[in-house]
Amino acid sequence: MRKKSMLERIRRFGRSAIDVLAVLGRSFLFLLHSLVGRSGTGGGFQLLVRQLYSVGVLSLAIIVVSGVFIGMVLALQGFSILTKYGSEQAVGQMVALTLLRELGPVVTALLFAGRAGSALTAEIGNMKSTEQLSSLEMIGVDPLKYIVAPRLWAGFISLPLLALIFSVVGIWGGSWVAVDWLGVYEGSFWANMQNSVSFTDDVLNGVIKSLVFAFVVTWIAVFQGYDCEPTSEGISRATTKTVVYASLAVLGLDFILTALMFGDF
Amino acid sequence: MQNRTLEIGVGLFLLAGILALILLALRVSGLSASPSSDTYKLYANFDNIAGLTVRAKVTMAGVTIGKVTAIDLDRDTFTGRVTLQLEKRVDNLPVDSTASILTAGLLGEKYIGISVGGEDAVLKDGATIHDTQSALVLEDLIGKFLLNTVGKEAK
Repeated sequence: MRKKSMLERIRRFGRSAIDVLAVLGRSFLFLLHSLVGRSGTGGGFQLLVRQLYSVGVLSLAIIVVSGVFIGMVLALQGFSILTKYGSEQAVGQMVALTLLRELGPVVTALLFAGRAGSALTAEIGNMKSTEQLSSLEMIGVDPLKYIVAPRLWAGFISLPLLALIFSVVGIWGGSWVAVDWLGVYEGSFWANMQNSVSFTDDVLNGVIKSLVFAFVVTWIAVFQGYDCEPTSEGISRATTKTVVYASLAVLGLDFILTALMFGDF
Repeated sequence: MQNRTLEIGVGLFLLAGILALILLALRVSGLSASPSSDTYKLYANFDNIAGLTVRAKVTMAGVTIGKVTAIDLDRDTFTGRVTLQLEKRVDNLPVDSTASILTAGLLGEKYIGISVGGEDAVLKDGATIHDTQSALVLEDLIGKFLLNTVGKEAK
């Protein structure tokens, strides 16, 4: 009896491992099929523009507002600490480096997962449950090319741009607090920043980070929608999964990327 | 018509993203358009570079005229060999100019200051500054000071 329950436990363990591998395999195939090869129907560019609008342009407001506030908070906190050491001019370089290296790509990816990723999952999941995807297949249109591919590309393109905009408005917010409000000398604020920020090491590494995050977040969002159970409960579960998995993936990958880029080993 | 506003929105969004990248490049990281074409290299050997880092600035009379691009050890003389990248417009440095490692403020970053010599010949691209002054190392100073006071008490 005891032995059997032991075997049963091992069987369950093996079963869950196989399930995880099966999902991973399905998602790889899914990505490959959506991105490789030409779409049969025309108007791919029109579809991409429409998705860029709903994924990128409509996320702009939350990105800009949170960017300004995060920059302002960074400047305020940095000033109150740095002023103890009499080096409040360094607040510019602190704000710029923090935003470009870490907060710009990471916070944008997290906000993007919540704002656009969940919407993508819900939209595709709803299409699946109302059998729009199957009807597309019935009339000979590949839903992977027609529905999924434009959304994937829109995510890849818009998240890095959003991260750049986030950094710029964050630095602007920081300079507003530090220079206009707290009275840091404007010249040393910008000069310190320009001396310490390097274009390839800081700006471009930030862009590479956000490209990786864009890939992962959009992939998870679209796949969860496509793979969800076609019921209203299944859609709600898939949306939750998107936000949770995407956030965890972004934070975990951020550590790995930071170790590779700035860890010096 | 609805399609038109949508496309305008996307166009503005893409432009804003590109503009952000340009702003970050020019305003924040201070990237200049042609960094290597109008500069020349000089070398300087220091006994002790103590805390000087790559990308530290090189100044003359307080004006920044270049930056440090490489630091390595000279195997033959056991000194720190620093590569300086200076702007072309300052191409009239006399050969007996002095390079010294200075500190901005009490605990600030290290930088190189160049003071002018008096010779007529000027330093060419790839030349070495022979007259150098190493960084002040606080521990050495304290050590000397202690030794001095001990010596005085003994008298």
